[in-house]
Amino acid sequence: MTEVKLEMKDISIEFPGVKALDGVDFGLKSGTIHALVGANGAGKSTLMKVLAGVNTHYTGQIYVGGEPVEIRCPKDAKNLGIEIVFQEVDTALIPYLSVAENVMFNTLVNKMGRKQIVHWKEIRQAAETVLKKLNVDVDINKQVSSLTLAQKQMVLIARCVAEKCRFLILDEPTAPLSNSETLELFRVVRELAKENVGVVFISHRLSELYEICENITIMRDGKLVTELPLSRELEVNTLVEYMLGRSYEDNYIKKKCEIGGPLLEIENLSEKEGKVKDINMTVCKGEIIGVAGLVGAGKTELCKTLFSAYQQSGGTMKLNGKVIKAKGPTQAVKHGLALVPEERRREGVLITDPVVSNISVAAMEKYTNRLSVVNKKREKEDARNMIRGLGIKTPSENQVVALLSGGNQQKVVVGKWLNKDSEVYIFDEPTKGIDVGAKQDMYELIEGLAAKGKGVIYATCEFQEILSICDRIYVMYDGEIIKELNAADTNEKELLYYSTGGK
Amino acid sequence: MSGAEKVKKKLNVGDFVTKWGTIATMLIMFILFTFGNWSRDTGASMFLTQSNMITILRAVSITTIIAIGLTFALAVNGMDLSIGATAQFANVFVMTCFVWHNINIGVSIILTVLICLSVAVINSILIVKFRIPDMVAALSVMFMYQGVSMTYSKGGAITERMTRADGTQAPGLVPEAFRALGKEPWLIIIMICVVLFAYFFLNYTKHGRYMYAVGGNPEAAQLSGIPVAKYKILAYFLSATFASIGGICLAARVGTAQISAGDAYLMPSVCAAYIGFSVLGAGKANAFGTFAGAVLVGMLENGLIMMSVPYYAMNIIKGAVLAIALAMTYASGKTKNVN
Repeated sequence: MTEVKLEMKDISIEFPGVKALDGVDFGLKSGTIHALVGANGAGKSTLMKVLAGVNTHYTGQIYVGGEPVEIRCPKDAKNLGIEIVFQEVDTALIPYLSVAENVMFNTLVNKMGRKQIVHWKEIRQAAETVLKKLNVDVDINKQVSSLTLAQKQMVLIARCVAEKCRFLILDEPTAPLSNSETLELFRVVRELAKENVGVVFISHRLSELYEICENITIMRDGKLVTELPLSRELEVNTLVEYMLGRSYEDNYIKKKCEIGGPLLEIENLSEKEGKVKDINMTVCKGEIIGVAGLVGAGKTELCKTLFSAYQQSGGTMKLNGKVIKAKGPTQAVKHGLALVPEERRREGVLITDPVVSNISVAAMEKYTNRLSVVNKKREKEDARNMIRGLGIKTPSENQVVALLSGGNQQKVVVGKWLNKDSEVYIFDEPTKGIDVGAKQDMYELIEGLAAKGKGVIYATCEFQEILSICDRIYVMYDGEIIKELNAADTNEKELLYYSTGGK
Repeated sequence: MSGAEKVKKKLNVGDFVTKWGTIATMLIMFILFTFGNWSRDTGASMFLTQSNMITILRAVSITTIIAIGLTFALAVNGMDLSIGATAQFANVFVMTCFVWHNINIGVSIILTVLICLSVAVINSILIVKFRIPDMVAALSVMFMYQGVSMTYSKGGAITERMTRADGTQAPGLVPEAFRALGKEPWLIIIMICVVLFAYFFLNYTKHGRYMYAVGGNPEAAQLSGIPVAKYKILAYFLSATFASIGGICLAARVGTAQISAGDAYLMPSVCAAYIGFSVLGAGKANAFGTFAGAVLVGMLENGLIMMSVPYYAMNIIKGAVLAIALAMTYASGKTKNVN
C-alpha cells in the first residue's frame, strides 16, 4: 500500500477578536495514528475543523500526497477522503433509522442520482461488509436510538469507512467511554491503520495515548509547540509541561476570608447509573471548593448529583451536621442547595421570561400569602435591588432574559439563588462563554458569598481560575475524585497531571 | 426617511399586528356582520340587537368554560384534546343522575365533576409517568371517553321520560333550578367567574407563575426547585374540571344529553385558546385571551349563520380563522412554544 502524506503548512485563522490558529504546521501519514493534545482552548478542534472544511477562512497551504489542495467546504474534505467524528455523536446520527441506513447515509443522500427507489439489499450488504471489516458486532437492522454511545461511535466510524476515507479525525472519542469500550475503540482504530487510514486522535487522557499513538503533536494557545514520536521514555509530566508552557500569572488574587466549621459533608455518594462514584467531600462555611477536571471527567454529573437532579444512590449528605435526603431538586432547594448549571440558556434561566420572574422563581414563598397570592410589588422591589446589587445590565426588570448578554444572564441565575438565601452554592462552569469583565464580577460575587459564610462548590476545567479563587481543590477523573489538593500548595501542572489520569 | 427609520416603522407595524390583530379582526367582523345582516324591512341590523348579543354570549359561554380548562394545559406547554370528550361525558352523566337516579342537583353536579376527574388521572399517568407526548396521550383518552359516554348511555340520548333498556320509563325529571343554570343570566355569570378565576390563578398566584415557568422551560424550572411533574398534573386536573363544568352547563342549557354534543366543543375551544395567545401580544395561553378567542369564534358562527352560510361549509371558515390566528401568533416568534 502506498503511503500518502497529509500536510498542513503555516495555517492561521482568526475569529473576531482572537487569533485562534497562528502559523501551525501539522503532518499525518496514512497508516499511522497521530495524537493531538493541548489544554482547553489550545486550538486542536479549530485546526481539525480546517481539515474537515468547517472552518473555511484559513490562510496557509494544505498538501495531500504532495499536491496542493484547497478545503473550503465539507464536500472538499470528503472528496479528499478526510472524515471527522465529533464528540457529540448524536448530532450526526438519525436516531429513528436503522444502523444500515446510518452507515450508508451518504450513499442514500448524495449518490442516489435519479434513482427513486432504495435498493435495500444493496444497502444492507454494503453496511454489513463495512462493519465486518471493522469487526464490529452490531445488528444492522437495529434502530440507532437503541444503541449505546460506544456503538453509535462505531456506526459513525463505519460511515467514514464506507466513504473510503483516507484520513480520519476522532475528536475526543474516549471521553464518554468506559474502559472496555475504550479498548474496543482502540482495536477498531488499529484495524483502520492497518487498512492504510491515517488517524488523528484528540484526547485529554494522556496516559491512554501511549497505547495507541505513534506520534504526538502538542498545541498551546493556537500555536504548534512540538511534534514528537510517542514512546514510553516521554513522560506524562513532560507532555504536561509542553501543554502549559511557562506558567503565567493570573491577575486575579483571591481575598482570604474566614473559614468556619463544616457545612456540607458528603460520604461515599454515588450516582445511580454510576456517572459519579464514591464521592467524599467536605465544604466548610466561607470556603470555596474547586472541582477540577477535564471535559468529560464528570464534574457536571457531580454537581447535578449533589443537587439530586441526578438520582443519588448510597452514601450520605450532611448539611450543618444533619443528614439530608433529597429526592429531587425541589427538596434540594428546600434544604438550601443552589445550582448554577453549565447549560445556562437551557437549564439556568427561563429564557423567555422577564428578569423579575427569573429572580423570584426559586423564592416564591417570600412573596406569597397563605392563599398563594403573589405580592407583585415586593417581587419587583427585590428584583430591582438585585439588579443594582449584582450590576446586571438591563434596561428594566421587565426585560426578557433572552435579550441580555451571557454574563448578565449568569448574574440573573446567581440572583435567583441569592434571593432564596441558599446555604451551599454549586457553580458549574460559571464563566463559560462570558467576557472578561463579567468574569471578574463573577469572581467577586462568589467571594462575597464566601464572606457571608456560605459554602461554594466551583466546578470548572479552567485550572487558572480554580487556582486563583478556590481554597481547596478536588480533582476528578472518570467520574471519581482522585485527589484532594490545597490551592495554595499546588499549580496548574499538578492539576493537569492528575486530571489526565496520572497517579 | 432614512433606512433605520424605515426598519423601525416596519417593526412597529409588525408589533401592532401581533398586539392588536385579534382585537382589530373582531371589530372588523363586528362591523361586517352588522351591515351584512341589514334588514330593509326594519331599517336596522338583525345582527346588532340585544337579543342576538345575548344569544352570542350564551353560545360563547360554554366554549369559554371548556377552553379555560385547555388554557391551563397550554400554560404548562401541554395539550389536552380530551376536553370535548370530557364535556360530553359530564353532559351525559349529570343527565342520568337526574333522569335515571333522581339525585338532587348539588350532589349530581359534584358527583359529575369528581367522576370526570378520572380523565385527568389517566392523562397524568400517560403524560407524566409514561412520558407519552401530551397531544397523542390526550387523543387516546379522548377516544376512550367518547366510547365511555356512548357505552354508559347505551348509545342513545338521555331525555326526560325516556324508555330505558328494560322497558321501564325513566323516573326522574330535570330540576328547574338546573335548567336555570343554562340560561342567562346564570350561564353568563358562571362564565365570568370562571374567566376571573383563571386570570387570577394564572397571574397572581404562585401556582400560576410556576405553571408558566414549567411551560416556558421545564429543565430550568426543575433546576430552580419547581416540582414540574406536580404542576403538569395540576394543569390536567384543572383542565378536566373546567371541561366537566362546561359539559354540565351544556346539559343545563339543552335540557337533554344528545349524542356527541360535547365533542363538538373541542374544535372551537382549541381555536379560542390558541387565538388567545396573540390577544394583546400576550404570547402565551391566558384567560382573557381565551375569552376573546371564544367571542371571536362565537361571533363568527352566529354571523355566518345569519348570512345563510350553510352549516356544512362553516368548518372551512372556522379552520381558516384558526390558521390565521396561529400564523399571527407564531410568525411573530414571541410565543412560549417557540424554541
